Amino acid sequence: MYDPVPPDSPARRIGAWALIAAAVGVAAVAFGYVGGWLAPQRLTPDKLIDQFQDNAGTFAGYRRNHAKGVCVTGYFDSNGRAQAYSTAQVFAPGRTPVVGRFAIPGSNPYAPDSSVPIRSMALRFALANGQQWRTGMNSMPVFPVATPQAFFAQLQAQRPDPATGKPDPTKLAAFFAAHPETAAFRAWAKTAKPSASFATESYWSLNAFVFVDASGKRQPVRWRMTPEATDGDAGSTGGADYLAADLAERLTQGPLRWHLQVTLANPGDPTNDATKTWPDDRRTIDAGTLVLERTEPQDSGPCRDINYDPLILPAGIAASDDPLLPARSAAYADSYLRRTSEEAHLPGSAAPSAETKR
Amino acid sequence: MKAATNTFTLAARVLHWLMAAMILAMLFIGVGMVASVSARHEWLLAIHKPLGIAILILAVVRLAVRLRHPPPPLPADLPVLQKLAALASHWLLYFLMLAMPLIGWAMLSAGGYPVMLGASLRLPPIFPTSPVAFAVLRHLHTGFAMLLFLTFLAHMGAALYHGLIRRDGVLSSMTGRR
Repeated sequence: MYDPVPPDSPARRIGAWALIAAAVGVAAVAFGYVGGWLAPQRLTPDKLIDQFQDNAGTFAGYRRNHAKGVCVTGYFDSNGRAQAYSTAQVFAPGRTPVVGRFAIPGSNPYAPDSSVPIRSMALRFALANGQQWRTGMNSMPVFPVATPQAFFAQLQAQRPDPATGKPDPTKLAAFFAAHPETAAFRAWAKTAKPSASFATESYWSLNAFVFVDASGKRQPVRWRMTPEATDGDAGSTGGADYLAADLAERLTQGPLRWHLQVTLANPGDPTNDATKTWPDDRRTIDAGTLVLERTEPQDSGPCRDINYDPLILPAGIAASDDPLLPARSAAYADSYLRRTSEEAHLPGSAAPSAETKR
Repeated sequence: MKAATNTFTLAARVLHWLMAAMILAMLFIGVGMVASVSARHEWLLAIHKPLGIAILILAVVRLAVRLRHPPPPLPADLPVLQKLAALASHWLLYFLMLAMPLIGWAMLSAGGYPVMLGASLRLPPIFPTSPVAFAVLRHLHTGFAMLLFLTFLAHMGAALYHGLIRRDGVLSSMTGRR
């Protein structure tokens, strides 16, 4: 046993207690800073999703963006041509089952289909080896902004004015003036019309990714799905939900097909800027055919509980340095937790009534 | 002078300090990654999953070491309440270091995510796909993380109290120095 320690002087005791308090305090403050509680200026996934809710209201159980959509199922039929660039099993010749989702942007699951000119396609490829590839694509070749911070500023500028129910035009103008990188998207949006069908749209990955081949060589890529159906016209065919009706109608005639076009970047092409397309002459390979056979409502279909996080990637496909990718991943995770918590009726989650304004 | 029974075994000490660093790093990685939209989110998440499984494996080894080699007794003059607090907090720490990785693994399974420890290393799911279970487990993961951090603060504070105020050999039984 230890010999008894002689009693300390009061000063020494106070010093020892101060040291203990400092150690515990420093650890707690560091934790609070890293966790964001003591760093209120930092952009967090929580803030992004809160802003979506501030702008459009909270619709319990639904995705916080691209809330209105339908499930689709089918498969991807690879022709093997992308195998030279990526070891992902999905690119070996043969079929991979797919659960997908078509949607329109916005947080309101009851918005009319004609309210936005953009349509989106999200896919989850379930590879035979148990790995997955998830991707969320939009029907435009460029994204308005390049960074999560600019995206947050855009959401703030789009917040409806309580007096008019519409975004304040001066705030929007100020945002666009401060963000000249939005020019390419705005030029696209000027001519874009809401299409009458999901089936006739092309869907772009927007963000760059990296294919990794068997020798570990990395090839930056972007991809898009180009439709075989080309009979689409712009404009509503009546009603608010014509896209789902059109899709169901078309699928009664047979499956719908898209081609997975993978564009290979040249050295020096920007991989971190979704506002810029790559030059048209970049090599593009047709990697196979997406075949969609069935559609189901999102409330009961197999896509409902899937978070189409674009960073769920199989071996052979990796993230690029695009700063939007981790932000999408983090924000989708937050949205997924909120809607599954609502599904579970957990205390503190929004009540699953039809519509709740914050 | 100090008898051999007054220190933890070498295996216990190595496991303690190694896991202390891993678990503390894990707590900071966890709260940091969910509060970030930057590239940090991605690479912290890539560390979080394999590190969690490593902690789970070490925790099992450590539990076996602990059951095989009882720890040195607490000082006889320690008040009963402090003895109880020491006992309870240590078993809470054991519970949490085993439960946290398992909950994380089950939570990803319930969410339908592939549980990837690297580019191609995948663990099988340990829970059926269920959004409700995902939400419950995900909140439990956060709640237990906060509890683990608070228990760590109490543990560190108590260790320093033994080492600096009481100077009763409890701290040196784990540092191995006297």
